[in-house]
Amino acid sequence: MLIRVLAVLVPTLPLAGWAVNGLWGGRLARRTVALVACGAVAAAFAAAALLLWQIRLAPPPGGPSWVVDLYSWIGAGSIQVPLRLLVDPLSVAMALVVGGVGLLIHVYSVGYMDGDPGFARYFAYLNLFMASMFWLVLAGNLAAMFIGWEGVGLCSYLLIAFWFTRPAAAAAGVKAFLVTRLGDVGMLLGIFVAFGVFGTTDFGVMTRDAGARLALGGGAATALALLLFAGAAGKSAQLPLHVWLPDAMEGPTPVSALIHAATMVTAGVYMIVRLHAVFLRAPAAMDLIAAVGAVTAIFAAAAALVEPDLKRVLAYSTISQLGYMFLAVGVGAFSAGIFHLTSHAFFKALLFLAAGAVMHALGGETDMRRMGGLARRLPRTTAAFAIGALALAGIPPLSGFFSKDLILSEAFRAQAWWWAVGVAAAGLTAVYILRAFALTFLGADLRGAEGAAHDPPPSMAAPMWILAGLTVAGGGLGWSFTHPGILERFLLTVLRGGAAAPARAGGAGEGTLVAASVLVAVAGIVVGWLVYVRRSLRGGVPALARLLSRRFYIEDAYAVAVIGPVRALARAAAVADLTVIDAAVMGLARAVGRSGQALRGLETGYLRHYAAFVLIGVLLILVYWVSR
Amino acid sequence: MTVPAPYHLALSAVLFTLGMVGVLVRRSALVVFMSVEVMLNAVNLALVTFARLRGAVDGQLLVFFVLVVAAVEVVIGLAIIVDVFRAMETVDVDDVDLLRG
Repeated sequence: MLIRVLAVLVPTLPLAGWAVNGLWGGRLARRTVALVACGAVAAAFAAAALLLWQIRLAPPPGGPSWVVDLYSWIGAGSIQVPLRLLVDPLSVAMALVVGGVGLLIHVYSVGYMDGDPGFARYFAYLNLFMASMFWLVLAGNLAAMFIGWEGVGLCSYLLIAFWFTRPAAAAAGVKAFLVTRLGDVGMLLGIFVAFGVFGTTDFGVMTRDAGARLALGGGAATALALLLFAGAAGKSAQLPLHVWLPDAMEGPTPVSALIHAATMVTAGVYMIVRLHAVFLRAPAAMDLIAAVGAVTAIFAAAAALVEPDLKRVLAYSTISQLGYMFLAVGVGAFSAGIFHLTSHAFFKALLFLAAGAVMHALGGETDMRRMGGLARRLPRTTAAFAIGALALAGIPPLSGFFSKDLILSEAFRAQAWWWAVGVAAAGLTAVYILRAFALTFLGADLRGAEGAAHDPPPSMAAPMWILAGLTVAGGGLGWSFTHPGILERFLLTVLRGGAAAPARAGGAGEGTLVAASVLVAVAGIVVGWLVYVRRSLRGGVPALARLLSRRFYIEDAYAVAVIGPVRALARAAAVADLTVIDAAVMGLARAVGRSGQALRGLETGYLRHYAAFVLIGVLLILVYWVSR
Repeated sequence: MTVPAPYHLALSAVLFTLGMVGVLVRRSALVVFMSVEVMLNAVNLALVTFARLRGAVDGQLLVFFVLVVAAVEVVIGLAIIVDVFRAMETVDVDDVDLLRG
């Protein structure tokens, strides 16, 4: 009963905050708006924490999860879709990550958005996002999850285009909405296939029956896995649907931290982990997922190398790190994927908030070519960014090291070349984040005259420090040399049906892998230092630089292959509308008008003419009668 | 002796034609009006004639209706003419052409 109430409260409290701020936010004081928004999320986070306590206290009876049925949403013959919440270690862990990072970013936003005319609107959207995201992670079947899935997509659109008077922001919002919608078509088809195969989309049933209903490597399993992966790839910005995420940086920076780094973009990973039983029946699809993840990881890391915009570097970094997560789930290392999801949420949110503090200090500047030397003006922000950057680069003992290393060793066990790609991407990661750090905080101060830049106020600094602490300590969640980590053991009931996890390989091989990846990360940092700080390494390949700065011409290819034809079709349709449809309508109207003009000569206004018409009419009728 | 029916009908036709031409060519609303009355009575004559020919009274009965309606129509028509005169200072039907297209 308590679990039922708590599970319902988690998504409902932010929804209530959205209703209050959305309906009356314009008339409330800013302090009240902020209090309602942050309070709702804090209460939801507290409810999620109580859920954790509850399921630690009392494991669900007779099954891996607590099921909370709200009501029957769709009932049509044999198809029954209840609105159902699922409370198990996986959903609670996700709810805690979402709620915790979300709460910190809400608090940060109070300072960041201070003075914005859309203050209440911003917090209303942000609360709606939290409600949708909580719903997404707690939903008990695919159909219910799809509500949250689309809800977060809507909020992503609303918040990217938050400053909708800026054409770039409006266009970026539309782009994000359309590109993710492309993946969602696959997701929706996947839901239909799931209905066809299982007769339901309930996660519990799908997990239980996957072995019986889906032949290993069979067509149905592969189709279902690939369709669902299409949705995941769109939402999580994997190749080739990654193009929306860098543009999404037009939104306010806390939004980038919350939605486009920590929570929404990881929904695809969560969905695959949630349905791991289904995906494990389709080895071919799993290989594709791992390959897409590995290629995305190295592609986005390469693109981040030449990006001049600080936030877009972080966006490509997010795409790259999401690639690692897909690599992890693709090789079947589901808990490693969730572990990296968690640690990435911490350190990437930290990096974004630090970047937001830089923008706050510089009046919205994001171009790193006009920064430099900020370490002296923003020492605390610099320290926070450095912690996040080191974690991203995979330097021990920060959380990013443990989670990335876990993924790499799991990938090595599956396929050596996936490990090689992952390590290469890790090297690039170290280089590009050092470049971003050097261009922003080190070197000559390029803004000498505008000397007003200073560290952010406490309300913005505190969330950064908490995230920095989580970044440092987060590694303890999931890594040890010989035993499964805390997180993995916590997720056991969901991921392995309660069976004990195999002991980790350990030994010399493991140590060599770790040493290799640390070495690569350090080498990346050294190379980055030499190139971007000491500037002693010079030269380059112009063709490669152009290839990178055009991001491998993927967007140009889209412009030629998709946008061009669609525009041409739209123009053709516009011409057809004007010359065929409009012409027909206007022609009809004009014909009526012309005949009116012609007939108006009959209305002479002379009584005798009317009388004559009557006479003629009578005569005609008479002639007709007589001649009949 | 009785005048044969064709003569009555011929008279009726002549009267009707006279009235019709009057409606079509005269300009004074009052004369047009009287012409209409002539046409009505030409029809009455034809009705009575045919009624006698058939030996039935229904045609004659209809004549009374026509008379009553004509009386009513006169009242209304004259009222309209008076009003038109008040508004336009004329009863010339050619000058009253507000409905010209």
